[in-house]
Amino acid sequence: MDIRKIKKLIELVEESGINELEISEGEESVRISRGGTIVQAAPMMQAAAPVAAPAAVAPVAADPAVPAAISGHVVRSPMVGTFYASASPDAPAFVEVGQHVNAGDTLCILEAMKMMNQIEADKSGVIKEILADNEDAIEFDQPLFIIE
Amino acid sequence: MLDKVLIANRGEIALRILRACKELGIKTVAVHSTADKNLKHVLLADETICIGKAPAPDSYLNIPAIITAAEVTNSVAIHPGYGFLAENADFAEQVEKSGFAFIGPKAESIRIMGDKVAAIRAMKVAGVPCVPGSDGPLTDDEAANIAHGKRIGYPLIVKAAGGGGGRGMRVVRSEDELLEAIALTKREAGTIFKNDMVYMEKFLENPRHVEIQIIADGQGGAIHLGERDCSMQRRHQKVVEEAPAPGITPEMRAKIGERCCKACIDINYRGAGTFEFLYENGEFYFIEMNTRIQVEHPVTEMITGVDLIKEQLRVAAGQPLSYTQDDIKISGHSIECRINAEDPRTFIPSPGKITRFHPPGGMGVRWDSHIYADYSVPPHYDSMIGKLITYGDNRDVAIARMRNALNELVIDGIKTNIALHQDILNDQGFVNGGANIHYLEKKLAESE
Repeated sequence: MDIRKIKKLIELVEESGINELEISEGEESVRISRGGTIVQAAPMMQAAAPVAAPAAVAPVAADPAVPAAISGHVVRSPMVGTFYASASPDAPAFVEVGQHVNAGDTLCILEAMKMMNQIEADKSGVIKEILADNEDAIEFDQPLFIIE
Repeated sequence: MLDKVLIANRGEIALRILRACKELGIKTVAVHSTADKNLKHVLLADETICIGKAPAPDSYLNIPAIITAAEVTNSVAIHPGYGFLAENADFAEQVEKSGFAFIGPKAESIRIMGDKVAAIRAMKVAGVPCVPGSDGPLTDDEAANIAHGKRIGYPLIVKAAGGGGGRGMRVVRSEDELLEAIALTKREAGTIFKNDMVYMEKFLENPRHVEIQIIADGQGGAIHLGERDCSMQRRHQKVVEEAPAPGITPEMRAKIGERCCKACIDINYRGAGTFEFLYENGEFYFIEMNTRIQVEHPVTEMITGVDLIKEQLRVAAGQPLSYTQDDIKISGHSIECRINAEDPRTFIPSPGKITRFHPPGGMGVRWDSHIYADYSVPPHYDSMIGKLITYGDNRDVAIARMRNALNELVIDGIKTNIALHQDILNDQGFVNGGANIHYLEKKLAESE
């Protein structure tokens, strides 16, 4: 299951006025209901992507599904990689929402080409939000944490 | 067929690759810098990954970021386009070692062809005609050097092995000048490059740039798709290209094409490639091989009907070539104009926002470009923003369509070289056909 794509669909439902969205391709399907959780958790396909892409001749520069104005210090990813919230699968997460961190503390790991890179806090403060989930694919500059 | 391809490039070629992938049902991953979030192919791709800041070393030349992007998206292959990492043998090697298919030749082929001396040696072994030369450094043996001169013929050029870019070379027009020329060039080379090794080559006064397109499947299949004439150049940058080359007969084409195909088989070449020659007085002289798809590939597509990018993808997927040599028929004539965001007189780059855009159209007109109204051309990359290609039954029709298309094309808000192309397409020397590689610069110098 590609969590990133399901997140985009959830944001789509939230932003639009629709109550329920079901997308299926072949034998796989996902249904998202407003006020409820994901009903069918099945591997995603890419049919959803064209909604964010321009239809015809003049593509307009759109920023799909960006969360509302972020206040606080945003820690952005310095690289492409896979996000891990903890040092190992059974270990507890490096940080939790509400936790105080000092500059230099490890917030998460980004894995690239089999190498684990520790991402450190560049400011001290309290973790206000964690914007990525375990095993998410992360791109350069993607917001990961908000520290206040 | 490949499941998912990561496009490791930007601009018009990235869009070209995306289109071919879509036609073949291949999922697309667009990697881009922070400056390129609004590239047309990024907006159209199935998945996108920002890989770094705008400067190329941080993004489009950032090998770990690109390979990681392929990992996190579960891509199966990477298409490098042209420029950037397309002819970086280390990149090709790392891509394959990381478990992805590199859409191009093996790293070893890139390495050999990237070394000019090694490439020439390999081509000689394969029977591809090269520039007659001393085939190695000159010694102090004066008699031997005179003998070289007799064999090569005059005019010839003495070149520093460690030189380049027009430095450390001297043209010699007769035998009585030879020995002094060698001594002088050696002394200069020793001073400037700290390496006084020199060699000799035949000097071509007014050559044309004629190149042969090949494609090989790495399974014993190699075909050529005819030649292109790219003699309209300024400072070694191609400005206008056309196919076929005026004056090349089917027999000449078949002969040089066959040699290139044999060379491909000999070096176990895989994928698309181009053999570049200097052409003078009916003779071809190999200068180098480009182990990638080239900017000007569309003119070959127009006269053969072959989609070269799709064929690259098929070869990378392990399929044999879709065509035999007999299937390839050259028909009609095609011309390409490289549209750059630059001042048409000073050639200074002109990035910025395109406020109004209107593409040309009609029969035999092809526009390969990523630009759209309100798109901002970033300053960090090269200035080419589109390729205008025309096709016709013959060269006159292709020229007439290009003149019309250049008049219809509107790109406002930035400067472009459309006016330069209109000038060239109306220039008698160009219209006559067969102009050499010095023609455009001479023409531009005269009009100053």
